[in-house]
Amino acid sequence: MTTTERTRILLVDDDEDFLFQHRIQLENAGFEVAAASSRTEAEQAIASFTPDLAILDLMMEHHDDGFVLSHHLKRRFSNLPVIMVTAVTSETGLVFDPASPEERRWVGADALLAKPIRFEQLKREIDRLLAAASAARRE
Amino acid sequence: MQTLRVLVVDDELGMRLAVARVLSNFVVHLNEEVGGEIHFEVQTAESGEQAIEMMTSQPEPDLLLLDLKMPGISGLEVLAQMRQRNLHPLTVMITAYATLETAIDATKRGAHDFLPKPFTPDELRVAVRRAVKHLMVERQAQRLREEKRQVRFQFISVLGHELKAPLAAIEGYLQILRDGTAGQSPETIQQVVQRALIRAHGMRKLISDLLDLTRIESGQKRREFGPVDLREIAQNALDGVAQAAEAREITLALHAPERVPVVADRGEIEIIFNNLVSNAVKYNRNGGRVDVTIEPGEGGLVRIAVADTGIGLTREDASRLFQEFVRIKNDQTRTIPGTGLGLSIVRKLAQLYQGDATVESEPGVGSTFTVTLDTAAPPPAPVSEPSSGAVPIAR
Repeated sequence: MTTTERTRILLVDDDEDFLFQHRIQLENAGFEVAAASSRTEAEQAIASFTPDLAILDLMMEHHDDGFVLSHHLKRRFSNLPVIMVTAVTSETGLVFDPASPEERRWVGADALLAKPIRFEQLKREIDRLLAAASAARRE
Repeated sequence: MQTLRVLVVDDELGMRLAVARVLSNFVVHLNEEVGGEIHFEVQTAESGEQAIEMMTSQPEPDLLLLDLKMPGISGLEVLAQMRQRNLHPLTVMITAYATLETAIDATKRGAHDFLPKPFTPDELRVAVRRAVKHLMVERQAQRLREEKRQVRFQFISVLGHELKAPLAAIEGYLQILRDGTAGQSPETIQQVVQRALIRAHGMRKLISDLLDLTRIESGQKRREFGPVDLREIAQNALDGVAQAAEAREITLALHAPERVPVVADRGEIEIIFNNLVSNAVKYNRNGGRVDVTIEPGEGGLVRIAVADTGIGLTREDASRLFQEFVRIKNDQTRTIPGTGLGLSIVRKLAQLYQGDATVESEPGVGSTFTVTLDTAAPPPAPVSEPSSGAVPIAR
């Protein structure tokens, strides 16, 4: 990534409103965004789009689409930071909180945010993960 | 086949043995849905104390045959103790001296019936059959009430979800506008407002569909029958979607006699046509066709078919389609707005006309929705199937 290029974010969610709302906010924050509304669309998008970070909905057409996609992405783009967004807590009452490295490996995501999410909160996670990723590359 | 547990409480050994013998090879036949064939398993107790002990240490019997006069605690006292211990087997009092006072007293304490001593085996069978019938009908009613309650909870929970989603989206759009997190470009702001409006509209449509459904199911809306031309209503429905169809180059066609006069409630017929025609456009492919056919038959029978060349349905999806809130979710339908109530309403309305709504479909080729109506039948009572439980079924 050169300094003149904008940071690229892959945004995947089957909720059209969520997708649109976050795409325009991320674009306004200076990111280049590829938005996909299913795992299939996301797989197609990455043929021509190399993301620096991915934001994925956990439950799309299949309940584990987010997990599967995350594992794919991490195999394809090593060290790609992944933020998993999910309504699973409000839908099922289950609480996910991948605090330890083992848990993060299991979930396949570096951060997990529960819907509804505030944009500043998302932005903070993005900045934190991008900074960590670039530090890791320098090492 | 079911076996009911009977406890016979009498201080006379001869009585206990006689009752046990009669009931052990007695069978009561009831309707299948109430319980079918009923057999009996008989236990006996020689005193009120023993009866209470048995009922508390073992599973509660279904039926209790209880002597009134016994040494030790009386039958009335047994009833009182059962109530304290929350034991409620259906109880038939056996007594030689049923004065009016004791009868009233026993009934107040929960006894269901009386069997005067001495009794013949046939009198015993009659009394037991009557008690069993009462017991099983009561149990079936309880099961139905429980099922209805569950269906209603399910409906409310799904409805809550369906109402929450658009509100959450609108909230999101308003936050974006308030916080300015999508920038200030008029174009973007216009888009945000437009999408919020679409969601608000969808929610309003959901609520008005829900009110339609409630009115149909409750039967509280006065149905106003009058002369109606089905062709005219079909044409109006097609005019209503003409713009949307033209934008996607979908051809609309109506195949019907010059006039199709029937006697019906105009509002109901409009809902049927509007729902079917709007679906046929929404779920069509660009450049497709919608064919509406009205075929009047003998004596007020009418067949309405709305065929599209759209995305179609799998057999499995088609079987669920007329249920409330069922929307087929896949890549092709995700962006199509809908409440999931339209077809459920269409079917319920068709049933009000002694008809039905069905679908034949092939994925990727298209679907044909067929509604049959009997407009000659007298206005029937509201549908009595508790299919949604959304509202109490009442006349």
